[in-house]
Amino acid sequence: MLSIENLKAKIDEKEILKGLNLDIKPGEVHAIMGPNGSGKSTLSNILSGKKGYEINGKVTFDGENLLELETEERAHKGIFLAFQYPMEIPGVNTNTFLKTSINAIKKARGEKELDAIEFLKLIKEKSAELKFDEKILNRQLNVGFSGGEKKKNEILQMSILNPKLSILDETDSGLDIDALRIVSEGVNSLRNKNNSFLIITHYQRLLDYIKPDFVHVLKNGQIIKSGDFELAKELEKVGYEDFN
Amino acid sequence: MDSRQKEIDSLKDYKYGFSTDIENTKAPKGLNEDVIKFISNIKKEPQWMLDFRLKAFERFKQLKEPDWQKPKYPKIDYQDLYYYSAPKSMKDKPKSLDDLDPKLLETYKKLGIPLQEQARLNGIAVDAVFDSVSVATTFKEELTKQGIIFCSMSEAIQKHPELVKKYLGSVIPTTDHFFATLNSAVFTDGSFVYIPENVKCPMELSTYFRINASETGQFERTLIIADKGSYVSYLEGCTAPMRDENQLHAANVELIALDDAEIKYSTVQNWYPGDKDGKGGIYNFVTKRGLCKGINSKISWTQVETGSAITWKYPSCILKGDNSVGEFYSIAITNNHQKADTGTKMIHLGKNTKSKIISKGISAGKSDMMYRGLVDISSKADNSRNFTQCDSLLMGNKCGAHTIPYIKNKNLKSNIEHEATTSKISDEQLYYCNQRGLNQEEAVSLIVNGFCKEVLQQLPMEFAVEAQKLVGISLEGSVG
Repeated sequence: MLSIENLKAKIDEKEILKGLNLDIKPGEVHAIMGPNGSGKSTLSNILSGKKGYEINGKVTFDGENLLELETEERAHKGIFLAFQYPMEIPGVNTNTFLKTSINAIKKARGEKELDAIEFLKLIKEKSAELKFDEKILNRQLNVGFSGGEKKKNEILQMSILNPKLSILDETDSGLDIDALRIVSEGVNSLRNKNNSFLIITHYQRLLDYIKPDFVHVLKNGQIIKSGDFELAKELEKVGYEDFN
Repeated sequence: MDSRQKEIDSLKDYKYGFSTDIENTKAPKGLNEDVIKFISNIKKEPQWMLDFRLKAFERFKQLKEPDWQKPKYPKIDYQDLYYYSAPKSMKDKPKSLDDLDPKLLETYKKLGIPLQEQARLNGIAVDAVFDSVSVATTFKEELTKQGIIFCSMSEAIQKHPELVKKYLGSVIPTTDHFFATLNSAVFTDGSFVYIPENVKCPMELSTYFRINASETGQFERTLIIADKGSYVSYLEGCTAPMRDENQLHAANVELIALDDAEIKYSTVQNWYPGDKDGKGGIYNFVTKRGLCKGINSKISWTQVETGSAITWKYPSCILKGDNSVGEFYSIAITNNHQKADTGTKMIHLGKNTKSKIISKGISAGKSDMMYRGLVDISSKADNSRNFTQCDSLLMGNKCGAHTIPYIKNKNLKSNIEHEATTSKISDEQLYYCNQRGLNQEEAVSLIVNGFCKEVLQQLPMEFAVEAQKLVGISLEGSVG
């Protein structure tokens, strides 16, 4: 589904990714762990289409050259990024934003857009599934949300949009146990033979709930080691510093 | 690109830019007593009306065109304009909509204003003004049953002279400033509304203004009187064809609210803004003033200003009655080379008067936006309050936003609050929206509509949706 070959990326003349290779097949859950500054966020930004990077290498998504697509086109094709720092948009109701988003994607795919009633039904269903307090959806998008609320809101959006590839950029950082549960349940409920995940994290904690198929260690712009869940446990013991 | 394709493309940008080929009756070019008499005569006006006009014209001759505004414009040659233009078919006034020139009906259909009785479905009474004359007023009978008068100004002068005589010029006197006085001398048509005591007008009243003829100034006059304990919500919309020359639009709107009455006046102004290089477009120099004459009266202005090459207006409230309330909600958008100098005046004269100003200015392209407002609390206006919030949103780095609030408080028991912010749409916000599947224009439209929300909420439901779309359309191409 996603194939990354020798990906290099620079921003402001600084090389951040230095030849990264990664292959994600349908239905797989991959975790990327690594210290601060190793290039984790850069990877998620490049996959989702943030501008401002000088990029070399090859990235294909469902056989298509991903790097040529606009940010919104990638979303239409089923790439979702749960942001590390979700943006506040004053005056825009969270429900309105979600509805605009899902209908923009449906429209691009040539599917029928949801009317208000269908949309509300979907919202109700998904928030119940995630035990998510819907009241938050009547507030302005991310404005005045706590850190945990912002992250939960990202996961609700993910579960409503049902993406093919979900990238979670340090979604677990700063979360309490309850929020962590919501995040992992969100991921687990979407898990099936078609949907894939790329989970970027510092800690093993989230992975205890999600149980990834693969764990990769990113250090200094490259994946230095790949393995299964055991690798995460090993990392936690040894620490990034001494891990080679 | 061939010229036809160009034409199609430009039409996409301003879809109201077509003109209707219709035969016109025009006054001779130029401004003089004879032209004023011509206008008065063709409208079969009584002597007092002509006297009103001539008095204004005498005054006008002594006035100098103001020059303090921020957007400057090339000198207007007032002798080179037509002051009256009407479709020929209006000469013998049609008795019903069925008698109207089909070309006119077609024009309004293109504009999305069905004048025929299908309009009933929308439940909105419409008065349509085409160049200098009012062509049709719908729902007249239903309104008449409740004693409501909603007709063209020309008709009101004939049929309700006592009301017109009493109130016309009572808020904007003939001795007012340059453009208002010019209007008093040469105004052609507009809408007249009278709501009797204790009547709540059961539907939205709406006037649709359309400039069609070239080299023609449009000078409408609107007068709305809400008698004791009554309520009315009124909306005006405006469009004009695309023309290379600038066209002047200098309307006067007077509102009078008596004891316990409320007037809600909404404007969606989408006059032709000129092309991308700033050629052509309407000069929208309008005087709008409301008088809260009675106790507990209320006047609320809501405006969505997206069109015109230059917008220069300050819809105002004179809070004369004790406990009266004035409100001003404004969205002003400038793009490309558009310029705006707009805001409001709240004049507190009575005790316990309250005013609220919410202004949202959005500038994009190479445009320039100015909020200019006056809050004046007189020494007798005990316990009065004003709250002002002025927010500016900038898009790109070639546009300007300015705020000049004038605050005069001569009463120690009164209180004025002013808040102002300036922000930019951030790349991070756009990226977040793009990642959720919205393209650049959808993202901008969403963010801007969020920014304007407090004002959009004030509009009548039917128009809020239109206004939201308009906000998005006016900013198309302004980012990225």
